[in-house]
Amino acid sequence: MNLILASVVSLGGIGALSAVILYFIAQKFHVEEDARIDEVEAVLPAANCGGCGFPGCRAFAAACVTADTLDNLSCPVGGTATMEKVADILGKKAAAVVPTIAVVRCGGTCEMREKTNSYDGVKSCTIVHNLYGGETGCSWGCLGLGDCEVSCTFDAIHINPETMLPEVDEDKCTACGACVKACPKNIIELRRKGPKSRRIYVNCVNKDKGAVNKKVCKVACIGCSKCFNVCPYEAIEMGNNLAYIDSEKCKLCRKCVEVCPTNAIVELNFPPRKTKIEEPSTTGTEK
Amino acid sequence: MKTFKMGGVHPPENKFSAGKKTKIISLPQQVIIPLRHYSGNPSVAEVSRGEIVKVGQLIGRANGFISANVHSSVSGKVSKIDNAMDAFGYKFPAVFIDVIGDDWLDEVDLSPEVKRVCNLEPHEIIKKVAEAGIVGLGGATFPTHVKLSIPQGKKAEVLIINGAECEPYLTCDHQLMLEKGEEIIIGISILMKAIRVKKAIIGIESNKMDAVLNLEKWAKTMEGIEVVPLKVKYPQGSEKQLIQALTGREVPSGALPIEVGAVVQNVATTFAVYEAVQKNKPLIERIITVTGKSVPEPGNYWVRIGTPFTHIIEETGGMPQDTGKVVAGGPMMGRALPSLDLSVAKGTSSILFIPSSESKRGKVFNCIRCAKCVFHCPMGLEPYLLMNQGEKQMWENMEENRVMDCIECGSCSFICPSNRPLVDYIRYGKSTVGTMIRNRKTQKS
Repeated sequence: MNLILASVVSLGGIGALSAVILYFIAQKFHVEEDARIDEVEAVLPAANCGGCGFPGCRAFAAACVTADTLDNLSCPVGGTATMEKVADILGKKAAAVVPTIAVVRCGGTCEMREKTNSYDGVKSCTIVHNLYGGETGCSWGCLGLGDCEVSCTFDAIHINPETMLPEVDEDKCTACGACVKACPKNIIELRRKGPKSRRIYVNCVNKDKGAVNKKVCKVACIGCSKCFNVCPYEAIEMGNNLAYIDSEKCKLCRKCVEVCPTNAIVELNFPPRKTKIEEPSTTGTEK
Repeated sequence: MKTFKMGGVHPPENKFSAGKKTKIISLPQQVIIPLRHYSGNPSVAEVSRGEIVKVGQLIGRANGFISANVHSSVSGKVSKIDNAMDAFGYKFPAVFIDVIGDDWLDEVDLSPEVKRVCNLEPHEIIKKVAEAGIVGLGGATFPTHVKLSIPQGKKAEVLIINGAECEPYLTCDHQLMLEKGEEIIIGISILMKAIRVKKAIIGIESNKMDAVLNLEKWAKTMEGIEVVPLKVKYPQGSEKQLIQALTGREVPSGALPIEVGAVVQNVATTFAVYEAVQKNKPLIERIITVTGKSVPEPGNYWVRIGTPFTHIIEETGGMPQDTGKVVAGGPMMGRALPSLDLSVAKGTSSILFIPSSESKRGKVFNCIRCAKCVFHCPMGLEPYLLMNQGEKQMWENMEENRVMDCIECGSCSFICPSNRPLVDYIRYGKSTVGTMIRNRKTQKS
């Protein structure tokens, strides 16, 4: 009985003493933190994807609170809606964000781009990229081993086992840019999502001469400049035997898609074509 | 017998072409001479389309510090200067020449007699080596003149000649030592003069005793050259391992061999130096071994740089039916070729046909912690640990565990009973950590 009493008294005493010490230490080392950081963090998506350029949502919230304006800060996952909530809490004005989406710029499916050798090592694009040019004759295109799939926190990009190319799930993609960084071939690009998700882009990154890449891939951009000449909005740039469509200037008229001899320019989410070519003004414009 | 202290493996030797006399491969219709030889900047083309060139004419000028001159290996007409695939499957500039006759430059001495006396000053020798576009012919193709230019404040004490040829299958250096012994010894004396040393050691593995005896015979005619037979063990031909085997000195982590007073050159390089300095002949041809388990007649061949692989394969009896993989270089460190539409570069030491039964990797099992990779690593690293960290992308930890010291010899992958892809991840780590270190340096400066 004595033993129990002694333990209770001594342990209780140590506990009480520690509580007093801890109280004063907490007073001494108290960190004044802006309460709004917690509030802002609560409205953020808590994905901690790093797409905003900060290490996690809390760091981004702190940056929002300390910044003078929200112009250069945007959460790609939450988009405009989230940024407006953040702006309401902080009494600042949110900048309008143009929604973007990850776009895979390679059309070299197994049919279009034949394998010339086989690789049986580690299934990682970066390791293959360090080792050699890849299983096909095109050393620029997708390797199909899924580094992008591994990097995606939102389950939005998957390798299609039939084509061996990654496909982006438009509903899930938040344009955080993780796959863009993961791809060693720099194939994936963040482009404007476009009205009704309508997009036009050059589905190739091969910088070899047309005669060379036509042999290795049926849908390669051969740098013929036909699209460059037909574009009424000067949205297409030519360089390194490759066309590039500037998604800010593109008015989605689809003329380039029609003239491309190798079908390297892709249109997405457009209604099926009528027999006659549509006028550019009826297909809708971007803001 | 001497050898290096730590690790090493004994892959089956399979030197089928040992002792086979060298034959000369006929001139192809077109050569594709790469302007970039595996490492460093591509050289700048000195010729233009339609120009008539002679054998030995300069066609690419060195661009930058780690770069070497490139010479035409044939006479004929430049058909185009365009990108061509290298052994990595990437495209780099190359000069395409349509062969017409065999017309050599006048200053090249084609007489068979051996010129023993060299009266040039060290800097003149190095200049001549640089002009001749000589690179390390062991495989890494590092420009030789850069290696011979000793940095200020350092002093070379010994020249080490690498005749180990520790890679299985390869016999090109072996055959060169048998046939060109005198020239190699003269080349060594020229190199000794260039780096101002009084002593040279030739290290040759003991499975090539005929080469040891041949070189010993010729070494007696010159002063300060010693031939040392070495115990057979892979990777003896690696610079750091060879220095340790022959001198007992250990090159510190991250340092170059000159730190311990050694300069290492391959035997094929010394022969090229002899030809460049004494005969004015630039590096336009080399010996390659064509071999493999199913190859009917494995052999050693003199080929001009830029000869297409398809031409060599045709001349040497065609590709065996059961080929699963074609490797340029040895089976341990060579490169599996992504295509046969390639041509011989300065560093191509062999064409090796691996039968399809041996060409695939085995099934990967879990690590069983047997520590064989640790025991056999010649650099004293822990490959299993580096691989784990590579998989988890722990770059800082990899750097702490000295991933940059890895020489990518492949001993760990070779010995692993679970077929784990150790070198793949270590190489991945090396490239990433290397970029990190470079970025850190540029940020500081």
